[in-house]
Amino acid sequence: MIIPRLALKNLLGAGLRTWLNVVVLSLSFVLIIFLQSLYKGMGDQAKEAKIDIEFAGGQYWHESYDPFDPLTLEDAHGVVPDPIQEKIDKGEATPILVTQATIYPEGRLRTILLKGIYPQQSIVNLPSKFLVQEGEDIPALIGARMAKSAGLKMGDMVTVRWRDAKGTFDARDVQIARVMKTSVGTVDQGQIWIPLEKMRGLMSMENESSLVVVAKNTEDIPTVSGWDFKSLEFLLADIEYLVRTKTTGGSIMYIFLLLLAMLAIFNTQVLSIFRRRKEMGTMMALGFTRSKIIQLFTLEGAMHSVLAAIVAAIYGIPFLVWFSKTGWALPEGTDDFGFGLGEKLFPVYSVGLVVGTIVLVLLVTTIVSFLPTRKIAKLKPTDALRGKMS
Amino acid sequence: MRKIFFLYCLLVLLTAGGITEEWPAGDWVLKRVDENFGSDNKVSTSEMVIHGRRGSRSIKSKSWLQGMDKSFTEYLAPAREKGTKMLKLEDQLWIYMPSTDRTIKISGHMLRQSVMGSDLSYEDFMEDPELSKLYEAKVVAEEVFLERPCWVLELTSKGGDIAYHSRKIWVDKERFVSLREERFAKSGKLLKTYIVMKVSRIQNRWIPTQVVFKDELKSGKGTEFFLESIELNANIQEHIFTKASLRK
Repeated sequence: MIIPRLALKNLLGAGLRTWLNVVVLSLSFVLIIFLQSLYKGMGDQAKEAKIDIEFAGGQYWHESYDPFDPLTLEDAHGVVPDPIQEKIDKGEATPILVTQATIYPEGRLRTILLKGIYPQQSIVNLPSKFLVQEGEDIPALIGARMAKSAGLKMGDMVTVRWRDAKGTFDARDVQIARVMKTSVGTVDQGQIWIPLEKMRGLMSMENESSLVVVAKNTEDIPTVSGWDFKSLEFLLADIEYLVRTKTTGGSIMYIFLLLLAMLAIFNTQVLSIFRRRKEMGTMMALGFTRSKIIQLFTLEGAMHSVLAAIVAAIYGIPFLVWFSKTGWALPEGTDDFGFGLGEKLFPVYSVGLVVGTIVLVLLVTTIVSFLPTRKIAKLKPTDALRGKMS
Repeated sequence: MRKIFFLYCLLVLLTAGGITEEWPAGDWVLKRVDENFGSDNKVSTSEMVIHGRRGSRSIKSKSWLQGMDKSFTEYLAPAREKGTKMLKLEDQLWIYMPSTDRTIKISGHMLRQSVMGSDLSYEDFMEDPELSKLYEAKVVAEEVFLERPCWVLELTSKGGDIAYHSRKIWVDKERFVSLREERFAKSGKLLKTYIVMKVSRIQNRWIPTQVVFKDELKSGKGTEFFLESIELNANIQEHIFTKASLRK
């Protein structure tokens, strides 16, 4: 117990030099936790939004359906098979029909995706209830991004042209029943939603759909020929990958900061060993073994991180708690990417993140503190007492 | 009394005869239209003037057509588009761009995209259908269009895979050439119009040589089409309709 007490006494005795190192190291602590929590928050927020608005518990895709290949959409539809239809009837799934179409807002031609969905569905959080057809006009739902780019607003009529199952052109006027504000761009940009049954009738695609969204937490997922079930793991893989890439990119910054802090600790250690030779000689004369002295100096260095953790907690906890409540208002236009972040980004802290960061910094500081002390192993007590390094 | 009755009967007969003047069968008229313009092989040179929002531009091209399924087009001008070639085999289309030295395959929905911002889709640009095989025709009126007496025909799809569900065409009574055409969606909405501005006598047939295409859903003045030369029943080498000829 003498070594830890001695180490702490020496460390505090060093005064300003110690506190400078501690402050820089504490900044690393706070910044690592802050950045990591932001990335985690970004991923969680995007995933939650996607699940809530688009994916629910996963999707059955028609075998030809590929959302990234619009050229195949024409053939990517089929009659919903019985096992999936049963789920739809029980309210555990909702079908969506997708086709390419053209709209003519203000006489300009624009290619879009026309999507049909049941107005009464509750599987995905889309305001589909506005698609209930009351009069002659076909009601249509669009996102705010689509409305902005096409110059459309609620109540506007727009001509939509498409080809039915036989390839014959059809064109109808649809009325914008609602402009929805959603953080998920993949249900908004370049898309128009209309009532599914109406779309099926117009396209001559009775009981057909391109994909079927399954309710959240559905465990019974039957295997159906001609339809592939895409789990959330598959559907959210892009977000996972993006967050991983961002985290790796962001880690460069805190690695840099950590390097600066470690450099300061390394220098401090080198200087201590150089300036405290006589002290080491005296200790050896008093019966300290070399390994004990190495332990003492390494512990002195490592204790920087313990003090830094305490200092970081003093100013970091209030800051991080405040930040988690207010969030980070994203710059205007960020939402247009459709990543699903909304207007504010909220960090997510986890015990694993905090403990992991403390252990990482402690480990790195201990290693860096130990490296210069290896010289002590070759130190002769007589040389040390005379202030020489052997 | 008998005299009055006789005069009355004569009047009724004459009036009825005037109202129900014989109109030819629609299918017969349509067949004559196809016969006039139809040909197994055609080689033509034409100029397309596209009137856009920021002005007009023209594209000159040479086309080789064989039946309904094969066609090959090469752009001759402007310099920026020169050397661009399009090959259509059934419902597939390949475009070769000399600037990138690449061939792109276009199919499905892309075939409905506009050709270089014009009012014609790739399908419209390269189609040459025999209307009598695709539509039931009915003569519904006779009108004078561009100072020519015309039969007005309503065409309704026979039910096959066809782009336009119905069409309305104005056929010159003497020359059996379509002078105006309206193409409709299934809902009855007018999608495109085609108006012939000039007809010329070529190889003993009446051929439209100046036409205006207009996408009626789009704003603008439409796209003008000038046929500079055409050779009907031309001798076309089979290798023209191969992908290898795109890069030649």
